Amino acid sequence: MSLTPRRALAGAVLATLLPLSACSSDLPEGPAASGGAASQGPGDGKKKTGDQSKFFVQADYEAQLAMRTKQATGPADKPWEQAIDPQPVDTTAYKKTGKYHLCFSNAATNNPWRQVGWKTMQSEVALHKEIAEFTVLDAEGKDDKQISDIAELSAKGCDALIVSPNTTATLTPAVKGACPKVPVIVFDRGVQTDCPVTFIKPIGGYAFGADAAEFLIDEVKPGGKILALRILPGVDVLETRWSAAKVAFDKSRLDVVGVEFTDGDAAKTKAVVSDYIQRFGKIDGVWMDAGATSVAAVEAFEDAGVAVPPINGEDQQDFLQKWKDADLTAVAPTYPTYQWRTPVIAALKILKGESVPKVWNLPQPKVTRDSLGDYLKPGMPPLHYALCGCEAMPGYPQKWGGK
Amino acid sequence: MRRTLPIFGVLAVLLVAIAVANPYFLELPGFLAFVKRAAPLAILAAGQYFVIVSGEFDLSVGSLVTAEVVIAARLIDGDPGATWPVIALLLVLGALIGLVNGAVTTLLRVPSFITTLGMMLILAGAVFLWTGGAPRGALTEEFRTFGRGGLGPVPWSVLILLAVVTAVVLLMRADFGRTLVATGDNPGAAALSGVRVPRAKTIAFVLSGLSAAVCAILLGGFAGVSAQVGQGLEFQAITAVVLGGVVLGGGRGSVVAAIAGAFTLEALFTLLNLYGISGALESAVQGVILIAAIALGSLTLPAWAARARTTNATTHTTPDPTHAKG
Repeated sequence: MSLTPRRALAGAVLATLLPLSACSSDLPEGPAASGGAASQGPGDGKKKTGDQSKFFVQADYEAQLAMRTKQATGPADKPWEQAIDPQPVDTTAYKKTGKYHLCFSNAATNNPWRQVGWKTMQSEVALHKEIAEFTVLDAEGKDDKQISDIAELSAKGCDALIVSPNTTATLTPAVKGACPKVPVIVFDRGVQTDCPVTFIKPIGGYAFGADAAEFLIDEVKPGGKILALRILPGVDVLETRWSAAKVAFDKSRLDVVGVEFTDGDAAKTKAVVSDYIQRFGKIDGVWMDAGATSVAAVEAFEDAGVAVPPINGEDQQDFLQKWKDADLTAVAPTYPTYQWRTPVIAALKILKGESVPKVWNLPQPKVTRDSLGDYLKPGMPPLHYALCGCEAMPGYPQKWGGK
Repeated sequence: MRRTLPIFGVLAVLLVAIAVANPYFLELPGFLAFVKRAAPLAILAAGQYFVIVSGEFDLSVGSLVTAEVVIAARLIDGDPGATWPVIALLLVLGALIGLVNGAVTTLLRVPSFITTLGMMLILAGAVFLWTGGAPRGALTEEFRTFGRGGLGPVPWSVLILLAVVTAVVLLMRADFGRTLVATGDNPGAAALSGVRVPRAKTIAFVLSGLSAAVCAILLGGFAGVSAQVGQGLEFQAITAVVLGGVVLGGGRGSVVAAIAGAFTLEALFTLLNLYGISGALESAVQGVILIAAIALGSLTLPAWAARARTTNATTHTTPDPTHAKG
């Protein structure tokens, strides 16, 4: 009797399924085609890694890859004071005497990486008696708030302004507006202007992505199936990581069977990896653009009862711990949180009239099997980042949540 | 219930499609892995069913799941001894949030859409404030075993799901189930025939809160601590319930079909994943299902069908006064 609603419902669902059945006819060709691509090698133009990212800049890519092997200048035990290829700029114009008032416009403290960095920066400020005042505005991840934050801070009588931009393009005019009023120090993400006195960053995303991809190319036998997991598309710092890995994979004889987005969600990562294990029977290597869900990926292999293949994570405590406990074949490229110390050091140098590098490239080490023991510190919380450079600071480890 | 039939057909088609793409699915461990993954959403959908069939919405469950996982990690902080007390606390907290949702909706007469939307924002904001965006602490292996481990080959989450399904089916067959459906169908008539409408609806919200707590225990166990664990779950649960043929506005639909709806949604996601279709499509597919199911379900029916529907409703869902008093 109530046929109509029933049919309607079934119709609705079937309508959504129709595109799926269309796809199913392509399926048998999937793995075969990828096998073919792997044997044909590079240059066939049909790589499963897809098109190169529109964020990819060849010159930056080459510069970053070259920087990985260059010797940094500065004290070896303090990588946050080291610089690669420094081009010093004169800062005598900014020289001031007396106590300083530093200001900081922070993009956000909304992820564990930024939280570790932020604690480290506060500790760095506390180390310097000559800093009388430290004014901070947190933009909570909103461009519009950071634009007004920067305007507000540049009218507050700061002696120097540190900016960690939320996004590159949108914050550029705000930074340009502040430059004439106060010496500006930008770190982490950049801006599209050279008006800041210095821009501080680790080597960068290309180096991160290449470090992880090259590790897999070394560890996985030719033809091995690689699953690449990305957080989300369209973010420059993440696009560079993937695009460098893509270049490396395309040149290699590895078969990238999937490039998936996980939204940085552990459950989704685990589900995606489980599906790939079921679908291909065996995955020979996992590349990740960030370490936050690496442990979930490892667990997917464990829960499926298969050996964990070579994988990369990041210097987050939970991954390093898992690496040691499960004796993984792994590498952890880093985007060191110790870079949060450098802007404070740079600000003081500028105000004392000492020269600073125009672009302050910090070393960006990777955690390897040999250095794992140095970086894994027992008692730190699971979301701590090992390369905080904070071990000798007052209040460590409690201030960073450790025991 | 004839309304429940189509969803089982669709589910069967999807399961066959998954088996074609992935023969491992036909083996017991492969199938159990699927059930294990669907269990949290199925339980959440069962909770959402109570609220929807009583004529309300619960949009707060996603945020509630996140809050529970983050709280669990912070309070347990790797201490095995804290596992059971914290699990008890999570269940109490889930029920309490449901109680508040129910009380505000029924006593203060705030539409549940607004009440639970507000609760969703309150919980999300509170979690953010408390954690600063990055959860602290760690879950113990003991806690995680419910989402990760199993009793022999059978995952704990499958056993928990079976227990929940049994409980909700019994509950819907009992007097409470009849009064709840009557409440959603026509609150005025239900009240006149002796149903305490605010009480029935509040219990529905409490059950939804409890289901979110169980879902949080399973999801936290499955994948560990994350501040995004509950994101979008409320819409997945509502989509599942609607997909199961339960009528928004209340009064019609079966809980088993709602749970089947959750399985269907999860099967659809699995299938998309198996065919390598990007995860971005998941939310789009979900949106299409939600709108299409409701739009097609509420199209103006031909007169004969509308008549039939009214007759159906009278014969099947008008509460028997003797039961309604319970």
